[in-house]
Amino acid sequence: MTTVEDTRMATDIHTPTPATGPTTTRPETRNWTPYLLSLPALALFATLLVVPLVMTALLSLNSFGFYTGIENVWRLDNYLEIVRDDYFHEVFLRTFRIAFLVTLLSAVIGAPEAYILRRMRAPWRGICLLIVLGPLLISVVSRTLGWALLFGSTGLINQGLMGVGLIATPIEFMYTETGVVIALTHVLVPFMVLSVWASLQRLDPQVENAALSLGAKPFTVLRRVVLPQVVPGILSGSIIVFALAASAFATPAIIGGRRLKVAATLAYDEFLNTLNWPLGAAVAVLLLAANIVIIVGCNRLVERRYKQVFE
Amino acid sequence: MPYLVLDSLTKRFGSWLAVDGLSLTVEKGELVSLLGPSGCGKTTTLQMIAGFLDPTSGRVTLDGADLLAKKPNERGLGIVFQSYALFPHMTAAENVAFGLEMRGVPRAERERRVAETLQLVGLGAFGDRHPKRLSGGQQQRVALARALVIRPSLLLLDEPLSNLDAKMREEMQVELRRIQRSVGTTMILVTHDQSEAMALSDRVVIMNKGRVEQIAAPQAAYDQPASAFVANFLGRTNLLQGVVSGDGRERRVAVGGAVWPVGEEVPEGPGVVTVRPEKVSFVAGSGVPGRVQARVFQGTQWLFEVATDAGPLTVIRQHDGQPLPAEQDSVLLGWRPEDMRVMAGQPAASP
Repeated sequence: MTTVEDTRMATDIHTPTPATGPTTTRPETRNWTPYLLSLPALALFATLLVVPLVMTALLSLNSFGFYTGIENVWRLDNYLEIVRDDYFHEVFLRTFRIAFLVTLLSAVIGAPEAYILRRMRAPWRGICLLIVLGPLLISVVSRTLGWALLFGSTGLINQGLMGVGLIATPIEFMYTETGVVIALTHVLVPFMVLSVWASLQRLDPQVENAALSLGAKPFTVLRRVVLPQVVPGILSGSIIVFALAASAFATPAIIGGRRLKVAATLAYDEFLNTLNWPLGAAVAVLLLAANIVIIVGCNRLVERRYKQVFE
Repeated sequence: MPYLVLDSLTKRFGSWLAVDGLSLTVEKGELVSLLGPSGCGKTTTLQMIAGFLDPTSGRVTLDGADLLAKKPNERGLGIVFQSYALFPHMTAAENVAFGLEMRGVPRAERERRVAETLQLVGLGAFGDRHPKRLSGGQQQRVALARALVIRPSLLLLDEPLSNLDAKMREEMQVELRRIQRSVGTTMILVTHDQSEAMALSDRVVIMNKGRVEQIAAPQAAYDQPASAFVANFLGRTNLLQGVVSGDGRERRVAVGGAVWPVGEEVPEGPGVVTVRPEKVSFVAGSGVPGRVQARVFQGTQWLFEVATDAGPLTVIRQHDGQPLPAEQDSVLLGWRPEDMRVMAGQPAASP
């Protein structure tokens, strides 16, 4: 009986408080302090991100002539050119094909890697995590040049494979999509590992034992119980990896070379070689838009499929 | 013939002995509790039976077959975990169906048995809910149904009620006992809650520091504790200093000025006398003299703190209208000889 009494008392005391609180009696008074406090950060964000983006978007509407330079007109000519020309289709398709393959490979490698890492014992776990994060600690240029050395027709990989007798002629890694995908996967896997790791931390360790006790084989436990619960981690990892792979510049530039262009290197070339800034800007804006559409779309799809895990 | 046999089961983590030579036999259909404070080895014992931990030495046989030779997923045991460990991405019915699916039970029979078991735990209408949309007590029931539906040869319960609030816990205790009666599954319950163990079990195994202190029926363990630890752990008790002496034929124990006869088995010298607070009464004539230090009204009963020469004594008397002493009154305390236990040694500081 005492608990019932207590709850009634408590509600009696607490219910009126919000009604007499300042929010209902003076709804027009706004507390501006939070906005004022976040103003410096907002200003920084606006100058460094929003302004350049808007300027790029505006620039992409200008037109360019070899003799006249950038003309201050507002037309969609650049976008029409990209839409009409097969060359641009090819570049954009390649960009997203590479990004998709890199994302897939990162998920296939990164998710099991995170799971294995979590099950390791104390000293080894830290050491292996450091090795996994290693690529992020090395400068992008030296890491990519390292891959270039390994990939070349007289590089270590081809020489090794030929020495073993697996192949007769060297495999083309340099200036191919395969090479770009391998090098990008190498550097982007850590992002997948970290985000899957984070969602594994939220997993009840007893859940796996529960599935085992119900007669599930270890692999079934992984597929039916662990995997569905780390989907949020794989998804957020995939978003990071896809966005970074689709807009990667240094790796495609060095491994892909001057001819195997992706959107980022294309925009770069339009800006600095052809000097067609408006066209370059249009490529950059389209890359951003396509990235957002793909990422938001996939996110929606997966979240709907695995609704219960995301709640 | 005993159903489950644990034969000097031992688990060592480095230099720490978690479970030290535990031997226990359980009959079919029995509910046995492993009871003890945290770190006493009860959960480790359960995990060894379940197969999540390998014992350092010892044997476990279930229905005559060596259990340790089997992998955890081949043992066919039902386990209810402290955290429930439900699969959050599956509905209650899918959770319950999982074990049947793993056994290749055909869909029609699976659905029938899932519905039946959910009905048994009182969740017939909640099959399509996900665990997050169920209350703690309902999740507990799903966990129980999931373990029961596979008709386990043995059901292991690891602190199953510790995450529930007091009212819910009492309700589930009754429920668990009802289900155990109707299904007849042999159960091992691990708990640190002595009232839970006493309410549910046929027998309790009281453990301390990896060793078994006593195996007995709840009432027997309460009335005749084998050690001061058991007396103290199972409910409230008074630990008093006494002296055992004998004159050849009869042995007696002297406590704070009063004398009781004791059995032959108690050695002479200083001894510890344990007696439950509710077994102590205020007497006239002869008894342990003391002075009432405090008197607290607790609704159905009165609680007294009485200072005596043998140490402080707690007395519980029913609130049944009989006259009771006031604070600072001088009183005489007495109890029946069969209500006390005498053990050799000095009373340790109560835990």
